[in-house]
Amino acid sequence: MQDQSPQSRSGYSRRDFLKGTAAATAASAAVLSEHESAEAATTKVASAQIQEITLSVNGKEHVLQLEPRANLLDVLRNDLNLTGCKEVCETTNCGACTVMIDGKATYACSRLAIECQGKKIATVESLTANGQQDKVAEGFLKNDAMQCGYCTPGFVMATKAFLQQHPKASLEEIQKGLGGNICRCGTYHGITQCAVAMAQKGEA
Amino acid sequence: MVDLKVGWNKPEENSLIGTAMLRIDGYEKATGAAKYASDANTAGTLYAKVLTCPHGLAKLASIKVQDAEKVPGVEAVHLFANVGDELKWEGALVAAVAATRPEYADDGLRALQAMFEPLEHFVDEADLDGAVKANRTKDNGEKTKGDLAAAFAAAKVVHEGEYGVSTITHMCLEPHGSHCEWTKDGNLVANLSTQNVSGTAGQFAGPLEIEASKVSIICNYIGGGFGSKFAADEWGVAAARMAKQTGKPVRLMLDRATEMKIGGNRPSAFAKIKVGADADGKIIAWESHHWGTDGLTGNTVPIKDLPYVFQPENVQHKATGIITNCGPKRAWRAPNHPQLCALTDTAMDDIARKLGKNSYDVFLANLSQTPRQDVYRAEMEIAARMIDWKAKWHPHGKGGANNGVVRGVGMALHTWPGVAVAASCKVKVNPDGSVESFAGSQDIGTGTRTVIATVLAETFGVEIADVRVHIGNNSYPYSNPSGGSTTVGSVSGANRRAGIAALGQLFDKVAEKYKIDGSKLSAKKKTIWLGDKAVCSWKEATALLGIKPLEVQGESPADDGLTSSGVGGVQMADVSVDTETGKIRVNQLVAVQDCGLVICLETAKSQVYGALIMGIAYALSEERIMDNTTGRFINADLQNYKLPRIGDIGELMVEMYRPESETSRGVIGLGEPPVISTGAAISNAVCNALGVRVSQLPMIPKRVLDALEGARA
Repeated sequence: MQDQSPQSRSGYSRRDFLKGTAAATAASAAVLSEHESAEAATTKVASAQIQEITLSVNGKEHVLQLEPRANLLDVLRNDLNLTGCKEVCETTNCGACTVMIDGKATYACSRLAIECQGKKIATVESLTANGQQDKVAEGFLKNDAMQCGYCTPGFVMATKAFLQQHPKASLEEIQKGLGGNICRCGTYHGITQCAVAMAQKGEA
Repeated sequence: MVDLKVGWNKPEENSLIGTAMLRIDGYEKATGAAKYASDANTAGTLYAKVLTCPHGLAKLASIKVQDAEKVPGVEAVHLFANVGDELKWEGALVAAVAATRPEYADDGLRALQAMFEPLEHFVDEADLDGAVKANRTKDNGEKTKGDLAAAFAAAKVVHEGEYGVSTITHMCLEPHGSHCEWTKDGNLVANLSTQNVSGTAGQFAGPLEIEASKVSIICNYIGGGFGSKFAADEWGVAAARMAKQTGKPVRLMLDRATEMKIGGNRPSAFAKIKVGADADGKIIAWESHHWGTDGLTGNTVPIKDLPYVFQPENVQHKATGIITNCGPKRAWRAPNHPQLCALTDTAMDDIARKLGKNSYDVFLANLSQTPRQDVYRAEMEIAARMIDWKAKWHPHGKGGANNGVVRGVGMALHTWPGVAVAASCKVKVNPDGSVESFAGSQDIGTGTRTVIATVLAETFGVEIADVRVHIGNNSYPYSNPSGGSTTVGSVSGANRRAGIAALGQLFDKVAEKYKIDGSKLSAKKKTIWLGDKAVCSWKEATALLGIKPLEVQGESPADDGLTSSGVGGVQMADVSVDTETGKIRVNQLVAVQDCGLVICLETAKSQVYGALIMGIAYALSEERIMDNTTGRFINADLQNYKLPRIGDIGELMVEMYRPESETSRGVIGLGEPPVISTGAAISNAVCNALGVRVSQLPMIPKRVLDALEGARA
């Protein structure tokens, strides 16, 4: 995929990525040479070098100094203070960290920040940028599709992305399409009502 | 002096209370604007992670703190345990590392190279005989009343069965934890994910040896609690210590696995039950021995409440706690009730099965043994209509199969106090007509802000948008911890009392200005009325305050009829079971629930919908699985700890039971009750479908197939 857009705005390319990996290997080797025991080899993991990483988030370019292993979710929440996406499961199961990457609903915890260069990342905060109202979020409000609210932004993003791709989705399609997110308070009834109503009215 | 009588309007006189108000903070929650403790991210924040014991029981043999301290990015290492200490369950905290990035905290944990000396553990909570042999039991009491032998002899039918409910966790999506920061003048600001905003400052202050007045607790939003978040916890105090040590803010939220292992759980309960009933199915004799674990303290659900709700005359019950190396229990939504209900109402349904009678009639025959039979009877009638019980019920196991799929219906019922407790608030009426309420309360999903705004808007005759609600800060007047369905009663009572007192003072000003009788005034539609004649607008009235806002403190509870306690609640389930795969599907689930006067219909119904879904979870899929060999909680992640997803819930139907006899009782809490009987109702529906009892919740496919095989054998 990167090969198709070598001149991304961030200037990121596969070659740069490989360079980073090589640096990492060299760094590890340097550390290993200082220690003889095998045990040390497994515990003294040295990280790859910090690199300049450019992310396009909510229409804005952010230049960050990050290690290749930095997780997109951590970067969005901690470095960019976009805390609408939540860290819940750490295992790509729950969808609380759902963002859109190039328009597709994606678990932010399933991506390294470095692999998202050149892509358009949209977090839940983008829905209300410049004071605009969001129809899906309003639909959640109208159907009381929330309780504690912790899973809600992720569900809103999943619903938005799903209805954009399936504007006339049936109940069964909605139940499958939103099956990637988990709520503990039990707000599925309201979310279903919201999504069905929006699909029927073609509002998404 | 106008002294207005404290009370609620008649329901038909209300314009807001009892209607479907939208959640006033709902849009903030939906758009990510709502900030939780885990979102606190002030400049220079360090990210802390914890190292925990990987064994059921182990001694900490060695740990290399200095190595971890040398790791780039690591700024603090905190030890929860010292070398030589025993760690008594998997997940017990060993150390925390705070670093400038989460990745560096991971590096620091690895560098600790903690070594453990495993010791012999015990985690088998279901096998009573094994626990006795291993000397891991604790007597939890025994009680008898009546003449059991005579009652069994007189019984028309006697049923003996085994039942069980697995341990489950709270699984709050926002894990336990905090963001702690010290101010220059030595005050601690703790953004704490808590159900207990007003009650946790001292829990930081004590171990940190500072005055409680120096601790600010902030919790504007909390991502789930369910009874597990009342404490600062040792990891909260550790975050504060590391923040102090480094001079930087520290965020320490438990990782998911640790959250599940030590963040709280609902104890298991297993039972051997023998029931004797008369020809109508009325239980006349009950004998039970139940056991289970809450961890090392060795307690199971309390003996006094079994059988649940129903009080037969002849009872002998006994309980044995099992002492396990499992993480300790915490209050879980309606503590003990779901287990007690699952043990009782399934045994009751087995009496119906044995007699070949309609379960509905057997429950009906037993209502005289409950404390609120009229409510249950009325709710049963409504629920039966909603689910079409008459058309759907068939003798257990006799419904016929369609491609190996059988269908059935079941019911169960429950109770809960939901009493209002000690809480206060400050209500402020500003000269410009805007209204504020301050309380050290919190919104665990209840809709606390919406409830308070509704009560005050109704009281002052203004709009919801005119009321600003401030909660989530311990500098506001003390409010109760949100547990046991106490919040709505407590905050609505306190705010109504303060609001009425404030209105009386405002009427004094209006009466003086317009030379009229203040005791005959009322406030509606942003206008002050004398009978049906408008006196002045709300804003003209509040302008009479001059420059000084009107401030009134409200207290809860009081004996004035605003709140009371004690609810019923009936649930019915319609399920399909695939006898080849063991897979259960909920087709319909009906809840009819009373809770006195409903303040916000929409959020109240949401509580019930949510409870039904939590009920489906513990009935069909979620459970903690302990491995006896390693002593580990082997499904401590959201991949293998199965929660229902949006397509797994079937059709849910909720009816708030609110005739005049209910609404006149005032406000009663609602959070706990609707989660109680869902498990039993679904189990009974499955039994009606199959003709055999799947004895343990959750009824995962293997247990369904085992039950079918057992019946064939």
